[in-house]
Amino acid sequence: MNKNYFKILRAGINTTFQDEGRKNLYHIGIPFSGAMDNRNYLLANRLVGNKPGFPVLEFAYQGPLLKYKGEKINIAITGDVNFTIKKKDDLISGNCYQTFSLDSGDELNIISTNKSVYGYLAVSGEFDLKYQWSSCSINTKANIGANGGKKLETNQKINLLKINKNSSSKKLHYINTKIENIRVIKGTNFDYFSDEGKKIFLEKEFTISKLSDRMGMRLEGLKIENIVDTNIKSEGLIKGVIQVPADGNPIIMLSDHGTIGGYPKIGVVISADYDKLVQLPPGSKIKFKEVGLTDAETLFKLYELETQNLISQIS
Amino acid sequence: MIKNISNLGDAAMYCDFGAEVNKEINTQVIKYFKSIQKEKIDGIINLTPSYNKLIISFDLKKTNYENIKKLIEKLNVNTNNKLKSKKIEIPVCTDENFSLDIKRLEEKLKMNREKIYEHFFNKEFFCYMTGFIAGMPFLGDLDKNMRAQRLETPRVKVPKGSVGLTEQFANIYTFESPGGWNIIGNTPLNIFDSTKEKDPNLINPGDTVVFQRIEKKQYQNYNE
Repeated sequence: MNKNYFKILRAGINTTFQDEGRKNLYHIGIPFSGAMDNRNYLLANRLVGNKPGFPVLEFAYQGPLLKYKGEKINIAITGDVNFTIKKKDDLISGNCYQTFSLDSGDELNIISTNKSVYGYLAVSGEFDLKYQWSSCSINTKANIGANGGKKLETNQKINLLKINKNSSSKKLHYINTKIENIRVIKGTNFDYFSDEGKKIFLEKEFTISKLSDRMGMRLEGLKIENIVDTNIKSEGLIKGVIQVPADGNPIIMLSDHGTIGGYPKIGVVISADYDKLVQLPPGSKIKFKEVGLTDAETLFKLYELETQNLISQIS
Repeated sequence: MIKNISNLGDAAMYCDFGAEVNKEINTQVIKYFKSIQKEKIDGIINLTPSYNKLIISFDLKKTNYENIKKLIEKLNVNTNNKLKSKKIEIPVCTDENFSLDIKRLEEKLKMNREKIYEHFFNKEFFCYMTGFIAGMPFLGDLDKNMRAQRLETPRVKVPKGSVGLTEQFANIYTFESPGGWNIIGNTPLNIFDSTKEKDPNLINPGDTVVFQRIEKKQYQNYNE
């Protein structure tokens, strides 16, 4: 019997365990997976005093309603999230980037993300999870990872193996900023598209479609015309690649993407902008802006420094 | 040999081995893939070999494109060595419940089903790559008169074990997934085993595959 656990009273839309993801498996068809927004994943773990690679709960749009049973623990939620904690005779309205303690019987209600997609819940302890290829990240398409590779369901229990008793009260002043211009490097098939198509890609606005998930983000806008071939010989993909199929609407590959694809690659989102890109909900307008490789590398260094700086502020 | 190296975004290198799809070029890709894998280069987090390309993804926190490029260009890959490979027999049942698109193929290829099976079974296929979904092998080459396009509207669910054809290739759906290949049968063999950490794929790039036709009874008794 596990004495410390959460009971899921409402699972939310897409609640999964995520960590740093899986490496060295693309060649057998297994994607990277892992937390979509890596910065917010790292901050959540840091706030509750966990090691960087610990799994957390990732939720999208509507999060879970959880009832906690067990010894006192700390929790932290990152992202831009609305949540409450129902105590015995109190209802606390929660703040992101701040630890809260949970006592046995408390209810954590993660109501929604605000104008964003993903949020993260870390607890000061270790979830009892199954690892596959050194990661418990759930990939619901391939059914790989913890919980049989399936998203969490109502009435399930989440057991805690250990509780970290050294977790202390922490708070970070940080506000997620929105991104409108997504910076890209030209893709390997950039010249498959007409001059007009290239101009549309780099100058016009696109709307994020509802048909977006952890695998990919579909965009709608003016059609990007292909003048060479709407198919290429299937080849590898990485996250951030922007493919344009025959219908002329771009699709951005996200963390659970298929490892091989046969549509021309018009561009690749730079690493520095990935975390912010995935947080844009359907209906958002985005524009792409071209940068060179050296600039992209510098921008990533700056983004990393900023993340490290935030982490060090949580002493 | 690698014909051209370029960057794919800021965290991957794109090695182009040529435009054609054939065993010779693909064998080069696989040899490079295996050599780089053996080197265990710090910072490389994924290698994706395909028909005629190899994509090397790396951790931008640890390294960058220029560094990886220098290392790969320096690497001595002996492309004359014979590729180590297995020969795998795959039992396939063509019962009408399994051969979902055999009628479509009869029409498209203008060939009756027995002729189609004659061209398909007991013939050596070469595994060019695995992927798209976990463990799915891309096997070539089908005879020229056996090459059909994908379905106009892909299926939302292709059953696990389905054996499909498109253009010069055959593949096997390792688990239920959406897909548009012409399904001609089903194998009771488990092609991808996610409980195996070490070698989850039955078929790997460079392996030889021969399909063998089995009766429905053999199919049903296969896993008993």
